[in-house]
Amino acid sequence: MSALAHAGPAGGAPAGDTPPQERQGRSWLPYLLLVPGALWLLVFFVVPLVQLFSVSLQSQFPGYPGYYYRDVNFSNYLSALTDFAPQFGRSLLFAGLATFFAFCLAYPLAYAMAFKAGRWRNIMLIAVIAPFFTSFILRTVAWRQILADEGPVASTLNALHLLPGGHITETWAAVVAGLTYNFLPFMVLPIYASLERADHRVIEAGGDLYANGFTTFRTVTLPMSMPGVLAGTLLTFIPAAGDYVNADLLGADNTKMVGNVIESQFFKVLGGFPVAAALSFTLMALILAMVFVYVRRFGTEELV
Amino acid sequence: MARNSGFREATGDLRLESVTKSFGDFTAVDDLDLVVPRGSFFALLGPSGCGKTTTLRMVAGLEQPTAGKVLIGDTEITGSRPYERPVNTVFQSYALFPHLTIRDNVAFGPKRRGDKNALALADETLALVQVDHLAARKPAQLSGGQQQRVALARALVNRPEVLLLDEPLGALDLKLRRQLQVELKRIQTEVGLTFIHVTHDQEEAMTMADTVAVMNHGRIEQMGHPADLYDLPRTSFVANFVGRSNLGTGRVVDRDGDSLVAEVQGTKVKVPLARANATDGTVMFGVRPEKVRVLRRPPEGTGDDVKGTVLDVSFTGVATEYLVRLPSGTIWSCYEQNLDVDPIDLRPGDDVWIAWNHAHAFTVPADEAEAQAAAEATA
Repeated sequence: MSALAHAGPAGGAPAGDTPPQERQGRSWLPYLLLVPGALWLLVFFVVPLVQLFSVSLQSQFPGYPGYYYRDVNFSNYLSALTDFAPQFGRSLLFAGLATFFAFCLAYPLAYAMAFKAGRWRNIMLIAVIAPFFTSFILRTVAWRQILADEGPVASTLNALHLLPGGHITETWAAVVAGLTYNFLPFMVLPIYASLERADHRVIEAGGDLYANGFTTFRTVTLPMSMPGVLAGTLLTFIPAAGDYVNADLLGADNTKMVGNVIESQFFKVLGGFPVAAALSFTLMALILAMVFVYVRRFGTEELV
Repeated sequence: MARNSGFREATGDLRLESVTKSFGDFTAVDDLDLVVPRGSFFALLGPSGCGKTTTLRMVAGLEQPTAGKVLIGDTEITGSRPYERPVNTVFQSYALFPHLTIRDNVAFGPKRRGDKNALALADETLALVQVDHLAARKPAQLSGGQQQRVALARALVNRPEVLLLDEPLGALDLKLRRQLQVELKRIQTEVGLTFIHVTHDQEEAMTMADTVAVMNHGRIEQMGHPADLYDLPRTSFVANFVGRSNLGTGRVVDRDGDSLVAEVQGTKVKVPLARANATDGTVMFGVRPEKVRVLRRPPEGTGDDVKGTVLDVSFTGVATEYLVRLPSGTIWSCYEQNLDVDPIDLRPGDDVWIAWNHAHAFTVPADEAEAQAAAEATA
């Protein structure tokens, strides 16, 4: 909160000042307005990041579990990558699957909202946003009920002998379903925004130039909505890769993701701090690299 | 991919037979019959909301008529989808594909039709509209005029049986518009396709089209060669929408040989019978402003004349426009070309005689409301 207390008066000062000073301040006023945000980022993002990085390089005092000294010890990274490779793999796989399923669900929904919904459009938009009124944890807990063995989904599938393992919860399917559900709105909204903004005449032009409905969709509508698809996949994949709530509440030991490992290293394992920090940094670097490649490959000039 | 299975090959004149299009209670196009000869440059002219764009969209297949038929030659295309018709549109907003380069935009149609030379064809057509140097750019990097040319190329490249232009020059500034009008006409002559041009700009329609159809309230008021439309309007709407007219409501009182005699606001005027589109009862009498002469003295001759008072003089360079108030209170407008070394020096308040050769006069059925609406639409 101290950052806010500092930033408030600094940012607010010019607005309350007398006109001559304000004229004088024209050139630096925009920079002054950036100060609160910059301070916020500095205190709550840059400083912790640097701190985290330094923790990730610390070494343990031999014989004193839980005590560290400052060091440049990259072995934390090595153990993060070798000991927890399955969790890393799972994180990327589950996040990828959730992104894929969210895209498959979101695109038709966004398309219907943008082009076919008419007066139902706003109601559909509210329905997409409404889950945000409930806590993320609560919604995930609710999914545990829905997917529970005696719940409607599992019992129906069991009755039809379509569920080989007998239950859905504590499987990877439940985790992916949870991730898909929780991040669906982040996929729907950007796609909807880009479809809604698309000029209908351009889509008509596709039909006018000998493309049938499907070809027009493939060659005109879909490419035009790519900025939304790109933003939606990023907004889904990035948080999903770092999520641990779904794996924790809907999964089992063999579905743990990197987020779960980081959580347990931080809070449950004595002396796990450096490894947890190294895991966090590795995950961040991995996601950054993947996003970079992805945006270079599929990116358009603008995001949404 | 070969041509779409539903594609309808058709050549010949475009024909609309009793075409009606309603949106709920509103009739946008009302029982329209129209034949556009193959290879002609045809303009649909009218104020906004007159149904011209709806007519165009029905030819393109973007709207389906509520009743009636659309044919090209003997092939009926009513009910077919836009991509099944040998018709292409140049959209008002250009509607270029923002994610494709200019070359790919133009090659889009030929590619869909399975043409292996799509890109070569695109380059050729871009050269025809003189933007081949922009082929590698994206639409957002082009000016309005350049986008317009690309939109034209994208339609032209398909060599459609009918090419539709929906107010294609509407968003451009005056100078560029004039330049593109000339060019559009050149291109049409060069490729010999049927062009249907929708516009609300009468000058644009007149300079380019072989035939102009003036539309109002979903119907065609009058159709013909631009010069004929201008010379002899058949309704009060056309008289004021295509150019301007001095109009007065009067009554037919007599015949004199092959002329009609009407009494208009206390003055007897003559109109050749051949130019009388209304011959009985209450009519509107009209003369074009440039056919009226302003004189300091009563004229000697066979024409008709009325005394009036100069209300306003505006000098426009080539011509001077005089607004003259007649005793009845009507205000007439008269254009005098500035041909003489010593111009007639008239000031507001001067008494003048206005005169015209009655061979230039015409009558139309009386409808002051429509005359007024047309005057406002072009103002």
